[in-house]
Amino acid sequence: MSKFQWYLLNKIAWFLVAFAVALVFNFLLIRLIPGNPVDSMIARMAAGGGVSGEAMERIYRAYMAEFGLDKPLWMQFLVYLGNLARGDLGASFRQYPVKVSSLILQALPWTIALQLPAILIGWVLGNVLGALSAYKKGWLDRGLFPISLFISCMPYYCLSIILVYLFAVHWNVFPASGGYSFDMNPGWNWAFLRSALQHYVLPFLSLVLIFTGTQAVGMRAMCIYELDADYVRYSRSLGVKDRRIIAYIFRNGMLPQVTGLALSIGGMMSGALITEIVFSYPGIGFLLFGAIRTEDYPVVQGITLLIMVAVLVANFAVEIAYGFIDPRIRAATAGER
Amino acid sequence: MAAISQAQCSTGDTWFSHMKRFVARVAIVLNGRFVFSLIMLLLIVGFGFLGPVILRRPNPLVTVGGLYDAPSSTAWLGTDNFGRDVFTQLMYGTRTSLIIGGIASLVATFIGLLIGTIAGYQSGTLEEVLMASTNVVITIPPIVILILLSIALNNRSIEAMGIIIGITSWPWTARAVRAQASSLRTREHVDIARISGAGTLSIIFWEIVPFMLSYIVMAFVLQLSSGILQEAALSMLGLGPTMNVSLGIMLQWALLWESVRTGAWWAFVPPALLLTWIAFSLLLLQSSIDEIFNPRLRRA
Repeated sequence: MSKFQWYLLNKIAWFLVAFAVALVFNFLLIRLIPGNPVDSMIARMAAGGGVSGEAMERIYRAYMAEFGLDKPLWMQFLVYLGNLARGDLGASFRQYPVKVSSLILQALPWTIALQLPAILIGWVLGNVLGALSAYKKGWLDRGLFPISLFISCMPYYCLSIILVYLFAVHWNVFPASGGYSFDMNPGWNWAFLRSALQHYVLPFLSLVLIFTGTQAVGMRAMCIYELDADYVRYSRSLGVKDRRIIAYIFRNGMLPQVTGLALSIGGMMSGALITEIVFSYPGIGFLLFGAIRTEDYPVVQGITLLIMVAVLVANFAVEIAYGFIDPRIRAATAGER
Repeated sequence: MAAISQAQCSTGDTWFSHMKRFVARVAIVLNGRFVFSLIMLLLIVGFGFLGPVILRRPNPLVTVGGLYDAPSSTAWLGTDNFGRDVFTQLMYGTRTSLIIGGIASLVATFIGLLIGTIAGYQSGTLEEVLMASTNVVITIPPIVILILLSIALNNRSIEAMGIIIGITSWPWTARAVRAQASSLRTREHVDIARISGAGTLSIIFWEIVPFMLSYIVMAFVLQLSSGILQEAALSMLGLGPTMNVSLGIMLQWALLWESVRTGAWWAFVPPALLLTWIAFSLLLLQSSIDEIFNPRLRRA
């Protein structure tokens, strides 16, 4: 077997171990809740009234069977794994018998449509601005750097809140909450798309600003570091053209930035949970918020699993891509070193 | 510190001339960003810890006015949805956030330091095991563990929040510390200590840890900032400390009770700006410490 295959195998093994640990965490932590979740949930139902004793009994048994809470812990874990293997994340407590997976599937497109473009645009803008301010220095650097530093320090939810206040309440240019107008049903027609777009602008803007700022600060530091590197000085002393040197620097500076991009795409679900809460945007974050408030544990568990899997897969993809892209790893695994 | 020790090894200067050079080096940056960020931080700490005492505001949860009263001479930043004084809440919220962040970063730095130094100093199976577990934990997003753990805790005290955040955020520190420790391991002064028959623990305490103090301090500052922000994020998800005010909880109230949409800016702009201020000054502090010890970073 070649060294590169070993490298791949090694990374796959790590991925599987991390995945197993994530599953155990996701399974165990939610069971740390004092008492069992079904009891506390039934108690609340009974306090609310309106459900007959017989119906309650039936619901109780259904829940106990679904969670397998009457069985020992290791068996519960096996049941959990078995359900997962079939893609079954269980049913929501609050909206029984709606499946958790269908709730998540409803919310997921909103989150992806909001975050993916914001991440990509912020990444490109931030890298260009960061590189520019490192090369050009002068007024560009003096003006841009403090602003980007301040923005990148600002917790993204603080920026969101202030944007909502300024643009939706104070100046009233954009709607303050939701993914679309209350009086509309989602569908592929112009009126709906227009409304969705209007609701899209503010949350999108707040994410793009933060991503751009963070990327710019990182790229600037990276470029300053590279500008000082020996290979740059050596090339300069040889009289290599500036444009050529910049290309070298860019290649070296980009590698960590590409990793950053992949990781922020993986962290998309968890990266901006609270932006969605601020804007009541119907994505994963908003769903999670509602589930936490109503103690809808299966939904919480489903979302945390989704977040973990996304991050793990992104990490894994980066490791594998590095094996191909990074000449150092390639050389090491090919046995040249 | 590491840089100084290097100079010591190579030139054999006296301790005194070192200190002189060190002080001179510190002075270069000291009058600039370092002092500025330190003052900003001291102001925040004073605001949170001394403010309530000096202004005699014993309770942030007492009703003093009506629903969203605008700022006035009695309530400097108006009142919130329950008619409670926002300025008082802001002081107590800052204190809670600082305490939780402080506990979290102490816990995280301690665990990270422990695992990082041991893994960095001891090569072999122990290192492999420690770093392997660090690498696994590092891939699991802390917010997920935080959410699950916080849900499991019915009653979240300030201390519990700090500890929970701390035990989910140590892996980065452990990695950075290990890298430092394993490069220090091969230094001459460590060899000399080893030849002199010093024990492992004594070497770690006297020959390794003091030489990476600057990194530890920087890691602590970063952990402090991330701890405070993690607390705010958790609070906004509805998982903040029970029966307490923190900056994040103030923001959560503002969202829950629609102060943003009714235009009561005094209820949410101050905590949002304060959080930014804290994060900004901690980052500035960290980067200025970095500049003190790493002259390559200084830019004319």
